[in-house]
Amino acid sequence: MADTKTIEPKSPALVRAWDWITETQIWTSIFRHSAPINDRNRVLVMLSNVFLHMHPVRLRKSGVRLRYTWCMGGMSFFLFLVLTFTGLLLMFYYRPTLEYAYSDIVGLREHVPLGIMREMHRWGAHAMVITVWLHMFRVFMTGSYKPPREFNWNVGVIMLVLTLLLSFTGYLLPWDQLAIWAITVGSNMARATPFLGHEGPGASLMALGDVQLVHAADDARFALLGGTFVGEGALLRFYVLHCVALPLVIGFLMAVHFWRVRKDGGISGPL
Amino acid sequence: MDALKSFIDLFADPRLFFLTTVVALVLIVWKRETFASDRWGWGLMGFLVVFFGFGLFDENFKLIIGKPDNVPIVALIFLLLFFTWFSMREAVRNDRRLSAGEPPIEKDEEDRVWTWPDLVYTELIAMVLCTVILIVWSIGLEAPLEQPANNANTPNPSKAPWYFLGLQEMLVYFDPWLAGVVLPSLIIVGLMAIPYIDNNPKGNGYYTFNERRAEVTIFLFGFVVLWSSLIILGTFLRGPNWNFFGPFEYWDIHKLEALTNVQLSEYIWVRWLGMALPGNWLVREIFGIILTIVYIGVLPVALAKKGLTGYYEKLGPTRYYVTVLLFLSMMSLPVKMLTRWLFNLKYVVSIPEFFFNI
Ligand code: HEM
Repeated sequence: MADTKTIEPKSPALVRAWDWITETQIWTSIFRHSAPINDRNRVLVMLSNVFLHMHPVRLRKSGVRLRYTWCMGGMSFFLFLVLTFTGLLLMFYYRPTLEYAYSDIVGLREHVPLGIMREMHRWGAHAMVITVWLHMFRVFMTGSYKPPREFNWNVGVIMLVLTLLLSFTGYLLPWDQLAIWAITVGSNMARATPFLGHEGPGASLMALGDVQLVHAADDARFALLGGTFVGEGALLRFYVLHCVALPLVIGFLMAVHFWRVRKDGGISGPL
Repeated sequence: MDALKSFIDLFADPRLFFLTTVVALVLIVWKRETFASDRWGWGLMGFLVVFFGFGLFDENFKLIIGKPDNVPIVALIFLLLFFTWFSMREAVRNDRRLSAGEPPIEKDEEDRVWTWPDLVYTELIAMVLCTVILIVWSIGLEAPLEQPANNANTPNPSKAPWYFLGLQEMLVYFDPWLAGVVLPSLIIVGLMAIPYIDNNPKGNGYYTFNERRAEVTIFLFGFVVLWSSLIILGTFLRGPNWNFFGPFEYWDIHKLEALTNVQLSEYIWVRWLGMALPGNWLVREIFGIILTIVYIGVLPVALAKKGLTGYYEKLGPTRYYVTVLLFLSMMSLPVKMLTRWLFNLKYVVSIPEFFFNI
């Protein structure tokens, strides 16, 4: 047996091409180890890839099960990425001024063949609100906010509020009847802020001698809208909040959130 | 068919709607062993499909369900019911194991698996599915665009974005400073406080009901009954002038609802004591003010002495008072609803001089 010579059949062209590609200097400079089909490389892939390194190398079995996480946190994150991307594309077309806002949206609808970016952005936003709620629901039902994850639950609550605010500020941008009246109804509440809204309890106490400090043109609602009604100022304010400020903050908090998931011992499970 | 529709419309009334959701929650929690069965879960989903399928043949129903921005709320109804059922099912399954002295299912799944491939492939599939659903949804349903904004032309009804409609519904019972500012802030504070006031060490990292009865019940009441079902009510069943409409009813702008709501001060001074309303607001509103102070100041202390003594001892004074105050704030909504429905009570305290109405 020992000196029988086996002749390897020549491997198919595709396989040879693949082998050749994966041996080039370009390929090996990007992928530092071979495919994660054995334990060693399964470790390496998690450690050397910047996108994967937010995951642990191994995790408890219940943590990967849909039954446990409903995948809702991951889905919220994915939807956030989709929204960032589609939002970016929309920003190429849309100008936040009274003159252009509405007609730019009409233009998107009429002049972009097969355009679904606005739809993807709007439905994705609705979906994200729902997935974030359901994520909170599952975190509660599995008691995952209990020590040591109290702080991460709080980061989550802030992100929940930010998600709603993102959705709310975006709602105004098409500048149609649906938009301004929804924002009018929503922002009218700020008028009644105790002490800080001009129709809020205690506002009349905010006076220096005869001078009323809180009135329609300087109260909480004014600060939100940049005006006494939903107009040009509000559109610009909401645009900047929606496209720059809020996404930056929530993106930052997501980093904190994921970091904490890892530092608190990964996906929760019975002690 | 029409008889069935008018029958459903007849039952559609904010009181019955709310009562039904509360009763449903009580049954879910109390009869959870039955509710958690697969038969019930699929039965419920089937019922919803049939209900919406049936409804789609109705013009009025289709009009409101089919509004592009309302589609996610239809999805929310399905998802919410499904996940309420599902988490109760998992909780019941674990509770059975726990009472038999076995560890929860999650304990058996403690072994580690490789992130690659187990997790990354799940994630990949989830992302692909998510993308496909979103694309199909986007192709199938155009994003709405109405007439250009016009500050002079108020639509009727004017609705906030759908996720705030529960808050808008609260405006029926509370003034904006409470419904729009104070209570929403308390919701956020309350959510953030949960991990710090709940010092029950059990039920960390697995589904269970028996080990956290009060926590789960209160959360379900707040999230499913108050927050979510009021959104559904506000979206589908509130029409022009914020009047209530059945799902098959035509949104008639001229629908009249007689509203004769009475202030507490008028009840007491005029109707019971047979006097004119005092001119001084403090005297006029003194009963309401006392009642409010009793509700948020005396009641928690009294409950600590009797009724909730067990919780007082378990939580300690700080946690106990924070918990009870947050709980009472949450319950102020159903309390106000009930007093409105039973006595047509408008405000407990009404001091329009300072925009201060409760
Ligand atoms: C913008 C929204 C959010 C994103 C993108 C997000 C993302 C995630 C992800 C990917 C995980 C890993 C486990 C899983 O998928 O369930 C996670 C875990 C967690 N999230 Fe969130 N989340 C968000 C909002 C929230 C909210 C609103 C809460 C609570 C109020 C929350 C509390 C938590 C907690 C406590 C964990 C740890 C759970 C465990 O270890 O089982 N998150 N989140």
